[in-house]
Amino acid sequence: MFHFSNIVRTKGDPKIVEGGPSLKQPADQLARALGWFSIGLGVFELFAPRRVTETLGMEGHETLVRAFGVREILTGIMSLSVEKNAGLWARVGGDGLDAAALLSGLTADNPKKGNIALALLTVGGIAALDYRTAQDTRPQRPPRDARRKLYPRRSGFPKGIESVRTAARQIAALARPNEMKQGDARGVP
Amino acid sequence: MKALVWHGKEDIRCDTVTDPEIQDPRDAIVKVTSCAICGSDLHLFHNFIPGMLPGDIMGHETMGEVVEVGSGVNGKLKKGDRIVVPFTIICGECDQCRRGNFSVCETTNRKRHLADKVFGHTTAGLFGYTHLTGGYPGGQAEYLRVPFANATHIKVPAGIPDEQLLFLSDIFPTGWQAAVQCDIEPTDTVAIWGCGPVGQMAIRSAILLGANQVIAIDCLPERLSMAEAGGATTIDFETESVVERLQELTDGKGPEKCIDCVGMESHVMPSLPDTLLDRAKQMVMAESDRPHVLREMIYVCRPGGIISVAGVYSGLSDMLPMGAFMNKGLTMRTGQTHVNRWTDDLLRRIEEGEIDPSFVITHTVPLSEGPEMYQVFRDKRDSCVKVVLKP
Ligand SMILES: [Zn+2]
Ligand SMILES: [Zn+2]
Repeated sequence: MFHFSNIVRTKGDPKIVEGGPSLKQPADQLARALGWFSIGLGVFELFAPRRVTETLGMEGHETLVRAFGVREILTGIMSLSVEKNAGLWARVGGDGLDAAALLSGLTADNPKKGNIALALLTVGGIAALDYRTAQDTRPQRPPRDARRKLYPRRSGFPKGIESVRTAARQIAALARPNEMKQGDARGVP
Repeated sequence: MKALVWHGKEDIRCDTVTDPEIQDPRDAIVKVTSCAICGSDLHLFHNFIPGMLPGDIMGHETMGEVVEVGSGVNGKLKKGDRIVVPFTIICGECDQCRRGNFSVCETTNRKRHLADKVFGHTTAGLFGYTHLTGGYPGGQAEYLRVPFANATHIKVPAGIPDEQLLFLSDIFPTGWQAAVQCDIEPTDTVAIWGCGPVGQMAIRSAILLGANQVIAIDCLPERLSMAEAGGATTIDFETESVVERLQELTDGKGPEKCIDCVGMESHVMPSLPDTLLDRAKQMVMAESDRPHVLREMIYVCRPGGIISVAGVYSGLSDMLPMGAFMNKGLTMRTGQTHVNRWTDDLLRRIEEGEIDPSFVITHTVPLSEGPEMYQVFRDKRDSCVKVVLKP
C-alpha cells in the first residue's frame, strides 16, 4: 500500500538499530490468521458456491452458501480490526451456523455424506480455535462496575474555582459598557 | 537513543534508533525531559489515520533542553535553553504564519504533495503524525530534531516544573482554542463532549473565559469526577440521555456553545444505532470518521449557536444533518491548534498561578514503559486520564 501511495521515509531521519519487545501476543497473531482465513473462505463461498454445494451433495443451496460467504468476509474484516474480539465471537457464532447447515445435509440418501462429515470435523476444529482465540484476546477494559479512582480535588485552579469565576465576572463587567455602546450604535436595545 | 516506534496497528515498541542530527541550518536538537501520550496518538495506534510507515517515531507533546542549534537559528535559541515544542511546526514567515494561523503554515509540510491531494491545500507539518503532515519523527524519544526551530519553540522560564508547562505543546492551547472559538459570553451555557485531557482543558478554559454554565459529557467516572472538580456539571451518557439532560439544564433552549473533544473514534453503543453503523462502515473503509458527536451537537445546539471542533477527524463523515445545521443558523469552527497564537497568554496564566495544567496527569512512567501505557490509556485501565513519559 505504501508503494502505491508513494510514501517513503525521509533520508536522514532516525533509523532502527535494535528493536524493542512487541506488544503483540501469540493470540493476536492467531486472530489475524483467522481473519484472513475467514476472508479467503468467504470470497470462495461468495464466488464459487456451486463448487461448495457439489462437494457436499447439497445442490440448490447456493444462495445460502453465498450468504455464508458474506458473513465470513464481514467477520473476517472484524477479526482484523481493533474490534478483533467481537469479530472472533461473531466467528464462533458463525461456526455454529455452519455446523447446523452441514448437519441438515447429513441425510441417509446423500452420497457425499463422507465429505460432510469431514467438513463438520474441520468446522469443529476451527470453532475450537476461534473460541480459544476469543478467550485469549478478551479486551482488558475494566468492567463498568470496577472500582475506579476518582479525582474530585483536581480542579486545576490553584487559587480555587470561585476566585476564577469572580475574576471572569469582573472582566465581563468591565467589557460590558463598551459592548453597550456598540449595541447603541447599531440600534440594538 | 530510545524512542517509541510505530510498527503497525496496535504495535508500538520502545526501540533503539539512531540519534537525530542537524539536517538544515534552521534545526535544533532537544534533549527531551518530558513527553506525553495524546488522545490523538490513539488514532495512530489504531491505524485509523492513514499515512504511517513502520519505523516512524511517535509523539507530539514534548519539552526539553536545547543541546545543539544549526547556524540558521539566528540567535533565537541557544544551547541550554529550556523549551516546550509546539506540535505544529511553523516557519513564522509565510502568509498563514503572519496571520497567526500556525496550524496551516504553508511551508513546513515536507510531504505537501500528499496533503495538497488529500485536503486540497497543505497544512502545517506536525511532529510524529503521519506522512500527510510531513512524516516528521516525533518526540516520544530521548532526543528530538526540531525543524524551523527559529520559530517552532516556546521558551519557558526555569523554576516551573515540566508538568505545569509540558501541555503548552498541545492539549492546553487545544482546549483553550476550542473555548475561545466559541466567543463565550457571560450568559452562555457551554456543553463539552468528551472529558479526556483536551476536554478537561476545554472545561477549565470555558470557566476562565467566564461561561455561566459548563456541562461536560463522558461515561468514565474518573474523568467525570475530574470534570466536576474543574467546575462542570456532568452528564454520564451511558446512564442518561444527553439530549434530555441538556434540555433540562438549559430550560429547553439548548446550550449556546458546543465543543467536540471526542473526534473520529466516538463511543459505540447499541442504544445509538448510528454509532454501530458508523463503526461497521469504518471497518470496511466506507467511512473514515464516526461523527456521532457532531450529529448530536447540531441537534441540541441552540439556534444561532456555535459549534467548536477540537476532536480530530481524518476524512469523510456520513449523514451530517445539514438541514438542521443550516436552518438553525449554526456556526462551526474547527482546526488543529494554532499553538503559538495562545502561548503568551497561557504561559502568563500558568506563571501567575491562575491555572496549573498538571492536574490532568494521572500516570508518570519511564519512556521504556510507553508501549504498555498506550494500552492502559486506550483501555482506560487504572483510572488513567493522562500519561507523562520520562526519557
Ligand atoms: Zn495531540
Ligand atoms: Zn509558516
